[in-house]
Amino acid sequence: MSGLAGLYSQQFKTSLSMMLQYRASLVIWLISHVLDPLVYLVVWTTVSRSSGGSVGGFGAAEFAAYFIVLMLVNHVTYTWIMFEYEYRVRHGSFSFALLRPVHPIHSDLADNVSSKIITMPLILAAAAILALVFRPVFHLSAWAVVAFMPALLLAFAVRFLVEWTLALAAFWTTRVSAINQVYFIAALFLSGQMAPLSLLPAPLRLAATVLPFRWTTSFPVELLLGRVGGNDALIGLCVQAGWIVVCLFLLRFVWRAGVRVYSAVGA
Amino acid sequence: MRYLRLLWTFFRVGVLGELAYRANFFVQLFESVLELGTAIAGLAVIFSYTTTLGGWTPDQVLALVGVFFLVGGAIRLMIQPSLEQLIESVRDGTLDFTLVKPEDAQLLSSIQRVEIWKLTDVGLGIAVLTVALVRLGAGLGAVHAFGFAAALIAGGVIVYSFWVILATSAFWLVRVENILMVFQSMYEAGRWPVSIYPGWLRFALTFIVPVAFAVTVPAQALAGRLTWQLLAGAWVFAAALFTAARLFWLAGLRRYEGASA
Repeated sequence: MSGLAGLYSQQFKTSLSMMLQYRASLVIWLISHVLDPLVYLVVWTTVSRSSGGSVGGFGAAEFAAYFIVLMLVNHVTYTWIMFEYEYRVRHGSFSFALLRPVHPIHSDLADNVSSKIITMPLILAAAAILALVFRPVFHLSAWAVVAFMPALLLAFAVRFLVEWTLALAAFWTTRVSAINQVYFIAALFLSGQMAPLSLLPAPLRLAATVLPFRWTTSFPVELLLGRVGGNDALIGLCVQAGWIVVCLFLLRFVWRAGVRVYSAVGA
Repeated sequence: MRYLRLLWTFFRVGVLGELAYRANFFVQLFESVLELGTAIAGLAVIFSYTTTLGGWTPDQVLALVGVFFLVGGAIRLMIQPSLEQLIESVRDGTLDFTLVKPEDAQLLSSIQRVEIWKLTDVGLGIAVLTVALVRLGAGLGAVHAFGFAAALIAGGVIVYSFWVILATSAFWLVRVENILMVFQSMYEAGRWPVSIYPGWLRFALTFIVPVAFAVTVPAQALAGRLTWQLLAGAWVFAAALFTAARLFWLAGLRRYEGASA
């Protein structure tokens, strides 16, 4: 266990120094992460204005609150692992990771968490500026704020495990970009990135709830904004925990099968 | 004329190179269709709650999406891959080989690589545009068609010049891929009419990253909201930016020191 702690702290230091080396890419990253929610915020605000000030319980101020919180939650839960695995397997650099005596998921996790800690002040500043421009209104309640924290952490765990498992598809095919795109499009609609889930047609809403998507991003946002009742919040946390268990099993299974078929392309 | 022949030659070479990897066509087609489907599904969700978006009807926004795909596909077909290669060759000095050729180096650098399968985006864009035009129907005449063509040419020149300026900055900055990525993520904002954005963002999308001229203005012509002043302004801006890009390119070349440096 102490070995693992050492690994995490070392990985943290490495990520930190790499991040600070490439400061320009931090700005690029920031722009792309702010622009998406900003665009949908503007679109939906325009829609709510042209239909008498409110759409499905969202006025301009509620949309602002939704998309700003979404941006922050998305920042906590997102991963870039699905892009990275293709590169790793195709270039054969993954062979080195396999030689190490610990599971590679640990270094990915440490990398993810450390880079987010570094970029957190930037995204918070962006959120503050957006709040000044778009004037969001929050209807916070104490219990929802308390329940938000575990929901957020569980959402991160679900998303990390789902995307890490999906990324392993790179073991079987070198054309994962098509798979990635299908996943990202599903996530765009079903995890609430494009619109609050309550505004989507019923079949999509159902799909978002049955599949892991709602639990990776949208659920903590809805919770904080007071759009989930007490009972549903508890059920939601349990569903998130359930997905984590399912994903852990899947991940073990797919990982073992994947490593067996791995042969470094080009190596 | 000679330039067109040159363009055609490079195009043919690109096609021949890529025909060896025909499966890529299907992957690209799949991805393009998915992206288009996403855009249209998004419009369907939004227009289930409203009849107009900032004054644009569904069919007009559909035309805008068509232009967005058409222009984006054209950029990714030739301009982007070629200028990415230019940046690379400034860094490793292989620009020498381009400079010794007896044609204009800016032209050669702008057409040297073709990502042939991006034609799927161009094709889908034209298809969506056609559907939107048929649905818009009777209200369109020769004036609209002329306005659209004129705005599209101006927009194309503006985007091309903008890319040349970005890529040319490689002569000073060396690492500029990141700047290109900013353009790409801001280009995404152009799939909506820029008139819906707040003033500061509209300004940025018009003059800092000229998405508005490339996508919204041509689509405006089809939606019947293009004024002569706007079209003239687009042409003036296009001419100015093209000249600026040319001067900047020449200044960059003077700075270039070659492979041995």
